[in-house]
Amino acid sequence: MELMPYIVEERKDTGLYNAKLGIWLFLSSEVMLFGALFSSYVLLRTGAAHWPQGSSILNVPMGAFNTVVLIASSVSMVFAWAALKENKFGKFKFNLGITILLALTFLVVKSFEYGAKFEHHMYPKTNTFLAVYFTLTALHALHVIGGIIVNSYFWGPGSKMWQTDPQRFTNRIEIAGIYWHFVDLVWIFLFPVLYLL
Amino acid sequence: MRGTHDIKQKIRKYWGVFTALLILTVVTVGISYLKFGLAAAIIAALTIALIKGSLIACFFMHLISERKLVYVILGFVVFFFLSMMLLIYASYFSLPGGATYVS
Repeated sequence: MELMPYIVEERKDTGLYNAKLGIWLFLSSEVMLFGALFSSYVLLRTGAAHWPQGSSILNVPMGAFNTVVLIASSVSMVFAWAALKENKFGKFKFNLGITILLALTFLVVKSFEYGAKFEHHMYPKTNTFLAVYFTLTALHALHVIGGIIVNSYFWGPGSKMWQTDPQRFTNRIEIAGIYWHFVDLVWIFLFPVLYLL
Repeated sequence: MRGTHDIKQKIRKYWGVFTALLILTVVTVGISYLKFGLAAAIIAALTIALIKGSLIACFFMHLISERKLVYVILGFVVFFFLSMMLLIYASYFSLPGGATYVS
């Protein structure tokens, strides 16, 4: 059966395989999605007569801890890809497992943060700052959940492809990794903007 | 053999980037406790975030050794992103009496 071309090998004219081109086009649309919300935040903040400092409402140590967690998960993700390049499948499973666990840790910490806000009757409707905070962080958390689902598939049933088509599987992990690093990158900007400024 | 050697070199680089990201995270939080003016705090925080983001994009996302077409796509992204920011911010001048912080 003839498969679609350029799934594994790179096109001669672009130097990219399909999924690599696809993920960068997808991430371009993601930049516009988060960019629109960031722009709205800037407009709301500069147009407001009064705006609270993030640290007076949000828990900075928790936010900083989550930043470290996401950075560590990015590192373990890139190590998972590097392990496949070295033909070390066990090491790949270990590193991708760590990535998934760290992502779950991020969500648990976030849920504690949300819980603390709700306990103090602080909801998106309470004020503009909280509306922006909940919108941006919830959208980001949805992306984290998406990453966990994809990475869990590649850790579990999807990893069977390593036996039949290792190059294609390695490419899949590279693509999943590029997405995951983007999720980390968005948080790198969200943390100072919401928590510290 | 060469491929394995290259990967080992990359792994060393990834450890270096990880260390730099951790240090910059500590610096970001540390600076926020110093009482600069708001403008200086924004510049410092966003500059550090830009450096951290560039490290992730260049090394973890392999942008440092990517094909030309990816750079072309990113060029368009930067153009449209900045245009969108300007267009959204331009509405600041047509807000009725200025937006207020609703509390």
